[in-house]
Amino acid sequence: MGKESVAYAPPHPAPLPPNGAERGIPPALETRGLDKSFGALAVTHAVDFRLERGARHALIGPNGAGKTTFVNLVTGALRPSAGAIFLDGADITPLSQDRRVKLGIARTYQINTLFRGLSVLENVCLAIGERLGLGGRLFRPVGLRRDVIEAAYALLERLRLAEDAGRLVRELPYGRQRLVEIAVALGLEPKVLLLDEPAAGVPSAESGIIVDVIETLPADLALLIIEHDMELVFRLARRITVLVQGAILVEGTPAEIAADARVREVYLGERTRH
Amino acid sequence: MSAAATPAAVPEAVRALARRHRFRAYETLPWIAAIGGYFLFPDYLALGAQVFIAILFALATDLILGYGGIITLGQAAFFGAGAYACGLVSAHGWGEPLSLLLIGAAAAALVGFLSGFVVLRATGLTQLMLTLIVAVMLQEAANKANDLTGGANGLQGMEIWPILGLFPFDLYGVAAYLYCLAVLFLGWLVLRTLVHSPFGRSLTGIRESEARMNAIGSPVFRRRLAAYVISAALAGVAGALAAETTQLVALDALSFDRSGGVVIMLIVGGIGRLYGGFIGVPLYMIAQDRFAEIDPVYWYFWIGLFLLLVVLFARGGMIGLGETLWRRLKFIPLRPWGRRG
Amino acid sequence: MTEAVSAAISIAFHGLAFAMVLYLVSVGLSVTMGLMGFVNLAHGVFAAAGGYVMTTLFNDYGVPFPAAAAIAAIVVGAASVAIERTLYRRFYGGDELDQVLLTIAIVFMSVAAAKYFWGSSQQPMHPPPYLSGQIEVLGRDFPTYRSFIIASGAVLVTLLWFGLDRTRLGAKIRASVDNRRMAQSVGIDTSGLFSFTFALGTGLAALGGALGAELWPIFPGYSLDHLIYFLIVVAVGGLGTIRGPFFAALLLGVADTAFKYLLPEFGSFFIYALTLAVLLWRPKGLFGQIGRT
Repeated sequence: MGKESVAYAPPHPAPLPPNGAERGIPPALETRGLDKSFGALAVTHAVDFRLERGARHALIGPNGAGKTTFVNLVTGALRPSAGAIFLDGADITPLSQDRRVKLGIARTYQINTLFRGLSVLENVCLAIGERLGLGGRLFRPVGLRRDVIEAAYALLERLRLAEDAGRLVRELPYGRQRLVEIAVALGLEPKVLLLDEPAAGVPSAESGIIVDVIETLPADLALLIIEHDMELVFRLARRITVLVQGAILVEGTPAEIAADARVREVYLGERTRH
Repeated sequence: MSAAATPAAVPEAVRALARRHRFRAYETLPWIAAIGGYFLFPDYLALGAQVFIAILFALATDLILGYGGIITLGQAAFFGAGAYACGLVSAHGWGEPLSLLLIGAAAAALVGFLSGFVVLRATGLTQLMLTLIVAVMLQEAANKANDLTGGANGLQGMEIWPILGLFPFDLYGVAAYLYCLAVLFLGWLVLRTLVHSPFGRSLTGIRESEARMNAIGSPVFRRRLAAYVISAALAGVAGALAAETTQLVALDALSFDRSGGVVIMLIVGGIGRLYGGFIGVPLYMIAQDRFAEIDPVYWYFWIGLFLLLVVLFARGGMIGLGETLWRRLKFIPLRPWGRRG
Repeated sequence: MTEAVSAAISIAFHGLAFAMVLYLVSVGLSVTMGLMGFVNLAHGVFAAAGGYVMTTLFNDYGVPFPAAAAIAAIVVGAASVAIERTLYRRFYGGDELDQVLLTIAIVFMSVAAAKYFWGSSQQPMHPPPYLSGQIEVLGRDFPTYRSFIIASGAVLVTLLWFGLDRTRLGAKIRASVDNRRMAQSVGIDTSGLFSFTFALGTGLAALGGALGAELWPIFPGYSLDHLIYFLIVVAVGGLGTIRGPFFAALLLGVADTAFKYLLPEFGSFFIYALTLAVLLWRPKGLFGQIGRT
């Protein structure tokens, strides 16, 4: 731990005090000493990270900093080489990916990973069905669960995808598919939501939809967003962690990060070279 | 028509999904054809029974291949396990056909369960190879266990009692035809129910994207294993049916020809559509028969050419081709081809 | 001691000769799988074609054996490019099932074609006099022909690995096998590379088929009968690796020889069981990269 504990004043009405730990409430998500290496290559190194309840937290860093690997470790898609992961204070490190999802961790993918041959509506239905534990049922047709279908449709309306509900995902433009990514994750009604570059590939006209959706997420949901679009990051995040070469460089409020010399050097410097 | 059920406000996409599992008129066609065949071709009933068995086998395969996305060249392991289990029990004094079907299903399910742990942990080419290995291993074992299975000579001494104690298997294949048709109908009903169930849809989800299925909290391995076992059991029923109707089990029940054949027939018909077997099996059997008659020595060449044409010009098999032509006729812009669930 | 030691040496020797043939035939399959992501069940067809070309040149036209084998490799490698460009290429990155059906179709057609041109019996293969008989090594007699297979196999494997490690072309191939998208983005002409690599793989397979014609006789059903062995080598070695299949071929060659020598009544049963055990332990093969999907 031992990170500089900077209290922040949330710009939005937040039900929780700045730092839950001070009141003995465990963070929604926490990693301690998280390490991951592929052979000799260490891609995640000693990451101590806390995601508070109700957080709007951004994880930024140059390409190859290990951001997506971090998401894969937290969701259980990858096994850490060392360290532990806690959800609501409980150690979930040994749990499989599907168990973690059931406990409330949901993610989106940096590169669309959807059921391309199924309709948009059914993509979301599958997620809702799994959340309700229906996935293993052998007999009653899915069509008779009108409640599931309608809940999925309502979610699509929220993401302004309703008109595409009946189309196959692969028929949609890439940017629209990005929204389906989010819809599928929201279908799981997570406690912790990890968005891996949700706006990458989304036309600027539609990135507003993403902002709107994020702003209307439940207040107690803990959000971690990985994003390269700095405008979006500074608009949404109340706290930012900078990851460089698999390790945390610095963490702080947007203002602190913007003012940090190391960040400018490592991260923003790298960006301006493009 | 209950007017209250569908108010105008229900979006089309919701309505389509809610209605997808309902029976359509065209689904009666295979059964009308089968009953028509009974009256039109009384001399070919024994052959007809074998066609039904092959269709049932193809249906079983479609569950894991078309819906589960598991490419297999080892389905004969399950067919053969069912056939040998049925044959062995009947040769040892129990010949009641219905219970023998269940015994065949159980034996095949066991093989599916045990081999599933190896097969389903691998992917792609490795998985394909493993399915193949399980089948050749069983074939090798059946070949070597001469005392039990009769080895290369086939299992002798089977005795099957009359169906339900009433209808003995006759020389003309009347009983076999109707019996196999009834079992096929039940198997189809089970599979049709499965593919529309949440379980079936989650299988389709795994086929479309395993990673995403994991990410929405689905126990992917367990689902696949369940599908594998169900498919094996159904293939075992087909094998047991074959044993009962021919009163013989030979090593070819476990052969690569059988594993490869069922996959080819299914692809020719169209996978992941439930009806691929109904079209592919008769078509392939007729093609094979014709080519073998025209060119008895080199008929493999023509079969190969036929498959080449299917893969080049009829993606999605005959059903896929039909859909494409239908859409063209209706001047609807073409969609990129793909398996549909 | 003598009998057991002599049996062990004999198994090791024949297993090694078998392994060389297995590796030469199979390595191309591993590369097409890794580089093009293509499930090529027709790979054995190229090995059989090599065997047919070699035996025809050698038996009917009196071409010296080494020259006949080399010509077979070149002819098959070159001809395979035509097939790669017209048929295989359309299915790269596509549905595996289409690839399976396409290559099964090719196997069927080639089996019938081989029967048409060469008949259904095995191709006679009698090594030339200078490769017949036995040679003495360390006071022990070894069949000359199989010693030749081991020696030429060792030379070829060394050349192949050296070429891949030390040449620019080899570096490009390795880079593309590791990460195709990355290779494309740094400007490697993957299309030309695919054709070349495919031809290299099929050429090696043809050479393996030709050199191994005495171990694995050439007949129409060659590609289908031995398919499972090629697949085992590639899967146990680790898909898309170049060295992995070599060690897998060694393991398979020696184990298969040993089982057939010690437990002939069980045929290939134990080889299959061993394969299952290895892949249960390591689903990605002995040398498959972990973490790569």
